[in-house]
Amino acid sequence: MATTSTTQTLSSPSTQEQPRTGTWDGGNEPFKASYGKLMMWFFLLSDAFTFAAFLTTYGLMRHRHLAYTGTNEAFEFSTAYWPIPDKVFNSFPGLHGVNLPLAFVALMTMILIFSSVTMVLAVEAGHRMDKKDVQKWLLWTILFGATFVSCQAWEWSHFIGGTEKGTLMVDGTRFFGANLQRNEYGPVLFADLFFFITGFHGTHVFSGICLLVWSFIATTNGTFEKRGHYEMVEKIGLYWHFVDLVWVFVFTFFYLV
Amino acid sequence: MAANIPTNAPVHGTPTVPHVEHDEHLHHDEHHEQSFLTKYIFSQDHKVIAKQFLITGIFWAIMGGALSSLFRLQLGWPESTMSWLTPVLGKWVEAGKLNPEFYLALVTMHGTIMVFFVLTAGLSGTFSNFLIPLQVGARDMASGFMNMLSYWFFFISSIIMFSSIFIETGPASAGWTIYPPLSALPQAIPGSGAGMTLWLVSMALFIISQLLGGVNYITTVINLRTRGMSMGKLPLTIWSFFLTAILGLLAFPVLFSAALLLIFDRSFGTSFFLSDIYIAGQALNNTGGSPILFQHLFWFLGHPEVYIVIMPAMGMVSEILATNSRKPIFGYRAMIGSLIGISLLSFVVWAHHMFVTGMNPFLGSVFMFLTLIIAVPSGVKVFNWLATLWRGNIRFTTAMLFSIGFVSLFISGGLTGIILGNAALDIQMHNTYFVVAHFHLVMGSSAFFGLFAGVYHWFPKMFGRMLDEKLGYVHFWLTFIGVYLVFMPMHYVGIAGFPRRYYAWTGFDSFSQFADLNKFISAAAIFAFIGQFIFIFNFFYSIWRGRRATENPWNSNTLEWTTPVIPGHGNWPGAIPAVHRWPYDYSKPGAEKDFIPQNVPYSQTQSSNLPNERETAE
Repeated sequence: MATTSTTQTLSSPSTQEQPRTGTWDGGNEPFKASYGKLMMWFFLLSDAFTFAAFLTTYGLMRHRHLAYTGTNEAFEFSTAYWPIPDKVFNSFPGLHGVNLPLAFVALMTMILIFSSVTMVLAVEAGHRMDKKDVQKWLLWTILFGATFVSCQAWEWSHFIGGTEKGTLMVDGTRFFGANLQRNEYGPVLFADLFFFITGFHGTHVFSGICLLVWSFIATTNGTFEKRGHYEMVEKIGLYWHFVDLVWVFVFTFFYLV
Repeated sequence: MAANIPTNAPVHGTPTVPHVEHDEHLHHDEHHEQSFLTKYIFSQDHKVIAKQFLITGIFWAIMGGALSSLFRLQLGWPESTMSWLTPVLGKWVEAGKLNPEFYLALVTMHGTIMVFFVLTAGLSGTFSNFLIPLQVGARDMASGFMNMLSYWFFFISSIIMFSSIFIETGPASAGWTIYPPLSALPQAIPGSGAGMTLWLVSMALFIISQLLGGVNYITTVINLRTRGMSMGKLPLTIWSFFLTAILGLLAFPVLFSAALLLIFDRSFGTSFFLSDIYIAGQALNNTGGSPILFQHLFWFLGHPEVYIVIMPAMGMVSEILATNSRKPIFGYRAMIGSLIGISLLSFVVWAHHMFVTGMNPFLGSVFMFLTLIIAVPSGVKVFNWLATLWRGNIRFTTAMLFSIGFVSLFISGGLTGIILGNAALDIQMHNTYFVVAHFHLVMGSSAFFGLFAGVYHWFPKMFGRMLDEKLGYVHFWLTFIGVYLVFMPMHYVGIAGFPRRYYAWTGFDSFSQFADLNKFISAAAIFAFIGQFIFIFNFFYSIWRGRRATENPWNSNTLEWTTPVIPGHGNWPGAIPAVHRWPYDYSKPGAEKDFIPQNVPYSQTQSSNLPNERETAE
């Protein structure tokens, strides 16, 4: 209280003191990432929880159903137990009647992983401000992504169409294929979860393709070049890698375990 | 959008030039002419968006309160005729009686509206938006455009929820927790028809709004703090909004999953939550699903949700208590620690809402153990609030009264939480009014008190005018007394075994003894609801006619009070102030005044600097 005068005299030269400037002291970006990139990361974190809830649902539902205990050779589809994925997903387009367990889905997965590689190359080209390369690699990514979605469409249609034999349902009728209410491969929830989770993932891939097409157009128009950076490609890349990563989990749950 | 990407150019101002222009994260400080539409409707200014959230929230609060008054009428006077309500309720009053299914719809909508639309969107939406940029020292949110979208998604969601009240089959009626199978089967109750569909669509949009808002709040706190505003110098309000946003970001997507699965069960014939159901003598095809799974998914959101509701109130109360006690907040770091503790624990206790679902008792005891641990950080907070008040130079502003009221309600409601956290006791109490009384005190009323405290405290910064103090006092005492008159007796009827969720309880002789208390509770509830109109009047009157505010009416330390009385878009006309000290330098020994704002450097306060602070000043 009584020291007003000292305050006055002391303050004049050193009022200009600057606040601290450490990583977390404000006035900068502590993660060295722009707000847009941070937002994408947080959105992905949030989305991861959505997928985690679905995969937890898958785990719980599978746990609620009986597992098949017989030998692999003697396996037949029945609504009484959860099917063996090898027996459900064993066909390949153009190779009718050949037993190729998980061959097609392995191919799909490879294609999606390749699309991640081309995405990395697009982002890298963006760092170099190489418009031509960005275009090239974006186009490859779009192509691989679209191929993946098409493969999934085939997988779905085959799953819906069913086998020639079908399965005798509880009500005495023979049912072929699967929909959301009935399923020849096993308990109805197997089909429900298959459609729901791969569908939700497929929607994500589709949205990713839309974003990629948009960024391809923007690249071609020189929007990013004018902006001086290709950060938008990088953000879409983050999303794209996330969708690929989720597929690895979906693949593991539905096809491998 | 991406044109706003911050340039890393002149961040750490050169030491020779004083207060060098801070990096312009957003080029918003220019005061360009705006049309009415861009200034007040589709505004990207966080302050306008905050007011939009607040006023929408007030609308919903009146709605939610009115619905509760309606069902309290039924509970208090179950034998009376309700035909006088026909002009309002129309066909829902049949032969002088409230339609029982509509009663359930009323309770459902009351819960949904209060929890999501008022105490989540109205509370966080208002104050996170308003205070984060102002208190961290930013021109605006990281993305003003997404912030605007956040409000408009909430608005569309509100419209859909509101319209569901007026459809022929009535709004959703399965409780705010919408447990299947009741919510999944339109045959089960009229409200599970179109009303439930609208509920789910509305909530999906609401979740998108929360996500857009949440990523903005988090990113703004991380990236847009002004120079010197380290995490350890943030006001506790910002810490609470920051952690609330993180909770919302991680919890709401799980509700989204549950809602999506439920939509499929309802509309596309899947069986995720349904199994072996006979309805009206008919067997349904659904097999293999689990309604308990829905409860797990729901409460994984639902429990963090109660902290999403209460934590912003905690943060604001901490700030207001310190300011009006003219004392530093007691245990600043402990306050942050306990907020983080509560945030972490909130994700591992959800099943304490499900003790009566027949869960494994061992699992129940694990969740009980984790639940009771929450008493520790909560206790730390209460202790610190009381210690902040202790021997303070208290200024009883209206905001201060509501903050003290908050602490009182939080203690009263929190104590019964310890009772209900015990699985053995919860199984006894779960379906009684004891639970209703508990959560209405600890999260409902407390959060409302936090909201009121916030409005009274920051109204001058929002509208440049003061709310009327006298009306504020009347409002406080009516509300405070009203809330206790409603919820204290409710504990007694609950302990005595009066069941919740019942429309008609007069058919049971054993419950007739509760008739008087029920009447009393109803009268008190309606009385407290009517008291709120004093606030509504005060609020709207003061926007235009209130006493003009000064720049810093509460002599507060935080940055928002360094802006002009009515800050423009961009908040500070000149450079953004830099921050040198924590926000709680109240009544510092040796200081000239009893407060030292955060932007005052230590070199200007030699008389009050502590030994370690003198060093930094040189």
